[in-house]
Amino acid sequence: MSDFSLPEDKATRLERCSLFYTDVVPHNHALGLKLVDIGPAEATVELPYADFLVGNPETGVIAGGPVTTLVDAACGTAIFLKLGRFLPIVTLDLRIDYLRPARPGLPLTAVAECYRATRQVAFVRAIVHQGDKSNPVASSQGTFMRTEE
Amino acid sequence: MSDTTTPSLAELVRQVRKTREYARLTDAIPYTRFMGIGVENLAGEMLCRMTYKPMLIGNSFLQALHGGTLGALLESAAIFELLLQTDTERVPKVISLTVDFLRSGKPQDTFARAIITRQGRRVANVRVEAWQDDRARPIATAHALFLLAEP
Repeated sequence: MSDFSLPEDKATRLERCSLFYTDVVPHNHALGLKLVDIGPAEATVELPYADFLVGNPETGVIAGGPVTTLVDAACGTAIFLKLGRFLPIVTLDLRIDYLRPARPGLPLTAVAECYRATRQVAFVRAIVHQGDKSNPVASSQGTFMRTEE
Repeated sequence: MSDTTTPSLAELVRQVRKTREYARLTDAIPYTRFMGIGVENLAGEMLCRMTYKPMLIGNSFLQALHGGTLGALLESAAIFELLLQTDTERVPKVISLTVDFLRSGKPQDTFARAIITRQGRRVANVRVEAWQDDRARPIATAHALFLLAEP
């Protein structure tokens, strides 16, 4: 998968990127991550609420780990979209700020945008919300490296 | 999500601090049970272990662990350190988490050790390192801020 161009047509693009989640990334699949929308350099990914994701059994609030996975996945897809193809990338760093507690029982949606990609490094920002983009649960910033030759 | 106190977890934490039956605590948290993240005492030191399972993989071509799973291990190690080594009895709430990914995670067990760098009344700063074969070559590090429950 060193050079794997994405189709121009949006619906086909979304389908191809979705297949990446189910067929190439077992952990995305295990959490039930679903790519729900794409833009030119933007990916919207949904994490359904599930009892096995709970980090605090007293409150039912989801653990941080699944949120990290969700954001990392959405950021990677945003980079593929920005560059128009699948390519090998690794996460260099990822920061997540938790702005308010997630409400139990509702899905979490990450919206990631790759706002700059150089020949070696891609910069991505993301928010995580539960239906209202203007009132996010978390905001995030990540740096990724392209590892192709 | 409000501050409803269920005494059972606090009681469990108190018991596990004494008995060191860590699996009782890590199994009581659904996500760490699902991920296979546990706490162990190795050579007198409390470590976290994420037991390898194929579902932790983030890229089938490269057979590398998903970055999110390493973030999960690092954050869990910090939470268990706070629960077991301080007097916090409720799961601390993460305020921010910054992860540096240093090397690719191989399909094998991963260990983590958390150090509380500062514990205030309301906020704790924690640093965590994760490694596989060689502790001197960490595969990921994190620093995290947690809000401790009001006493």
